Amino acid sequence: MTDTALLIKDVDKFYGPVDYGVHAVKNLNMDVKKGEIIALLGSSGCGKTSTLRMIAGFEAVSRGTISLAGKEVQTLPPVRRNVAMAFEGYSLYPPLTVRENIAFALKASKLSQSVVDEKVAGIAKLLEIEDILGRYPSSISGGQQQRASLGRALIRDANLHLLDEPMGQLEPQLRALLRGRIKHFIKERGLTAILVTHDQTEANALADRIAVMEGGVLQQFDTPQKIKERPANLFTGTFVGEPPMNVFEASVSGSESKMAFGLKDGVRLEYAASDFSHAVRDELVKRQKVVLGIRPYSVRRSADGVTGRVAVNQWLGDQTHIAADFAGGTMVLVEHDRTQLDVGQPIGIHLDPSSLHVFDGESGRAISHGQELA
Amino acid sequence: METMSPLERILRGLALTLVVVFFMFPIFWIFLMSFQTNETILAIPPSIVFSPTLSNYAALITGKLQTAAGTLDIAFMSNLGNSIFLSVASVAVSLVLGVPAAYAFARHKFKGSEDIAFTLLSFRFAPPLLVLLPLTQYFQWLGLSNTYVGLIWVYQLICLPLILWIVRGYFEDISADVEYAYRIAGHSWLATFRKIALPLAGPGIAAAGLLAFIFAWNNFVFALVLASADKQPVTVGALAFVTSSGIQYGQIAAAIVLSVTPTLALALYAQRYLVEGLSLGAVKG
Repeated sequence: MTDTALLIKDVDKFYGPVDYGVHAVKNLNMDVKKGEIIALLGSSGCGKTSTLRMIAGFEAVSRGTISLAGKEVQTLPPVRRNVAMAFEGYSLYPPLTVRENIAFALKASKLSQSVVDEKVAGIAKLLEIEDILGRYPSSISGGQQQRASLGRALIRDANLHLLDEPMGQLEPQLRALLRGRIKHFIKERGLTAILVTHDQTEANALADRIAVMEGGVLQQFDTPQKIKERPANLFTGTFVGEPPMNVFEASVSGSESKMAFGLKDGVRLEYAASDFSHAVRDELVKRQKVVLGIRPYSVRRSADGVTGRVAVNQWLGDQTHIAADFAGGTMVLVEHDRTQLDVGQPIGIHLDPSSLHVFDGESGRAISHGQELA
Repeated sequence: METMSPLERILRGLALTLVVVFFMFPIFWIFLMSFQTNETILAIPPSIVFSPTLSNYAALITGKLQTAAGTLDIAFMSNLGNSIFLSVASVAVSLVLGVPAAYAFARHKFKGSEDIAFTLLSFRFAPPLLVLLPLTQYFQWLGLSNTYVGLIWVYQLICLPLILWIVRGYFEDISADVEYAYRIAGHSWLATFRKIALPLAGPGIAAAGLLAFIFAWNNFVFALVLASADKQPVTVGALAFVTSSGIQYGQIAAAIVLSVTPTLALALYAQRYLVEGLSLGAVKG
């Protein structure tokens, strides 16, 4: 058990009376290994910050257990959990300078002044805030405050580092630079970190595993690659990925040699039965209604494909986003060249069966990803 | 600030002068009266040219009031002492009780917390005369009438709700995350309250304390009914100047000057805290 840094078991969070209040986190189970970086990804109100605060000890756990390094902590006060946290609202102490704010986090550890100075200098260099160490929080920008707050959390030698939207206020270039540095810093020291974010790029770049949350429920907890390639359900499929996955409701019909999906407006996608594995076919034909999903990067144009009509054609400087009216909805395609297509022009769309994600029409759970069963 | 035309500047100055004169004139006039004898005060027409005398102050300080009917003993200086003691002690007790309570109400919402807070506030809008009669009865049973403890207790009706509600607002303005950040760095709840919450709310607490002090100082009815001569504050003691042989305007004026001095001095001293307290939002970041 020593390599498990955090274990969350059957945790529920209610605001208000248990079972009657607002159910913010529903039956959450998660394990985080020592040295891992985990991202809690979700839209606002999905329960990610509540989860983080329960781990830190600022919110009571309504039900279930939270263990840090093998020890149950859900009833312990924050001071006895040995976790560090960077707050979304920075929360620097106004009467102290940035240097004092950062050094302050080490006060409880009783290090000598020279060690503290050295550590503060190191963190300041990492976060590019050396020039503002002597300033007060009220006189620096939001981005600088955020970095100071991040420094105050990273400087500590805690069992677990909790980072709540740690880079939301930074400019894009700085964010990209710091992402790399922070990841290196955490990995080099073997720290364990949980990061709350709504920014998928940040989650993908920093995290070893991503926990996608929605409506208080953990949707999927897996590596960034798995989440992208094998989304567990319709929510994860459409939430993660930019531009979002194209989804279309469809009915399934299959025979010995053919596999067909009926979309709205009479659009029919026909494939050879051999395009799908036996197992996938068996699962698909059991269902009346499914949802087909395909990433915009995987959609191809082809003269003998199904016809759509160009609605929007945008060149973003390095790629073209084409939105086409297709089967009563919109199909988004991404191409890497500048594509000359006029609005209203018909295009043939080809959906490769190996790129198709099929979800259950009722539950939204994934059935298959290309040839493989989910 | 944008530049003003000369006319605007003059009008502005004029308006400010009017306001200052309106509010300061009574105090100024009383200040002048305190250096005059009853005869010059009551002279018609009144004049601001007179030969000043310190006799009013002398009478107050020695406690011997010369009237047409003879010498009267007045306890003004001990009244003043009572006022200072009662107000300071009441505010001190209110701060000790009210600041932690305000913190609790600001940070911990529990079932009925709003009701309790509101009940405490409601003490402020109950007319004092309504509670005085039963209070007098109870105090006699408890042996608390005419004691400092009893008076300080009753003064809590004035000070505690004031401090509780004002300070609570200041605590609510402090981001809870600042305290969380301190606690997660390895400090207890109590240390967080002392080292983070109290200093950050400091200007607010000072402002609330000052306001409570002024209210306590100005109190009249509670002390009038519940205290006898030796425990009375100046507000009640001033009644002694209405004597059988007339009203001693000169001494009253001197007494007023002496009794407003402590509050005025405190207000001037605490002015910067008041301003700081009001601009707390600016340092929240």
